[in-house]
Amino acid sequence: MDQTDRRIINALQGGFPVSERPFGDAGRALGLEEEELIGRIRGLVEAGALSRFAPMYHAERLGGGLTLAAMAVPEECFDTVAALVNAHPEIAHNYARAHALNMWFVVATERPEDVARVLAVIAAETGLEVYDMPKREEFFIGLRFEV
Amino acid sequence: MIDTTDRRLIQATQDGLPLVPHPYHAVAGTLGLDPEEVMARLRRMLETGVIRRIGAVPNHYALGYRANGMSVWDVVDERITEIGRQVGALDFVSHAYHRPRHPPLWPYNLFAMVHGRSRDEVLAHVEAIAGVIGPAARAHDVLFSTRILKKTGLRLTG
Repeated sequence: MDQTDRRIINALQGGFPVSERPFGDAGRALGLEEEELIGRIRGLVEAGALSRFAPMYHAERLGGGLTLAAMAVPEECFDTVAALVNAHPEIAHNYARAHALNMWFVVATERPEDVARVLAVIAAETGLEVYDMPKREEFFIGLRFEV
Repeated sequence: MIDTTDRRLIQATQDGLPLVPHPYHAVAGTLGLDPEEVMARLRRMLETGVIRRIGAVPNHYALGYRANGMSVWDVVDERITEIGRQVGALDFVSHAYHRPRHPPLWPYNLFAMVHGRSRDEVLAHVEAIAGVIGPAARAHDVLFSTRILKKTGLRLTG
């Protein structure tokens, strides 16, 4: 990754144009030809420096349900509980964290009313209390990484 | 807010725009839509906030930000919005949310995800947040992830 790649990453974490030839338009602002910009973005995606080059959608505004939930899972059954939780397709992420509440997962459902049902099923399957922590207010999202 | 054509457009673009000179025309061709309609729908979704932004989504781990900690704060309720905005504006915080407490096990109502190149850098950032909040934070903690158990990303399906 060279200085031009870093400039591309820093400049294009948003504001990519919606136009006939957006790479040409974005390239002009960076002093790059359309073809070079496309090639470099493809290289960054292939190398894994970018996870994608795409619109970032706002999950809740798509009409689905979303929450963060946590459980205090005894160490001796941690892997069993993780498997039970992860088996639900509505679980998008699940992280082990160092705390009494040691399992944290994001539930995303097509319909908002399905979140409570998924949490209730997980509580019944595991016999553990599930702490629901839905977002009440969002202050900021989307770190702009400087590289 | 979004109709079935928007949903098709979201499904066609959420993993990546075609990396070609006319990407929106390429998407339109795939979906059998007019390119002008594709661009008009994307502009409308940007205006209404359905699309947060369009562009490069960095893989922060690959870029050297290998440590992240979920910092959590017990902030006096009357000041949660004001303090949440201050914390969210810090450049090392990627997400900041007001969430419900579950006392006594979980007294925290403000969550701020902190990123750094190392665990020590994350801890230094957490101390900086403590300085910003001051005595309005009655307690705080930082939870480091020890294992990723599942990570699929949020996907619009069906």
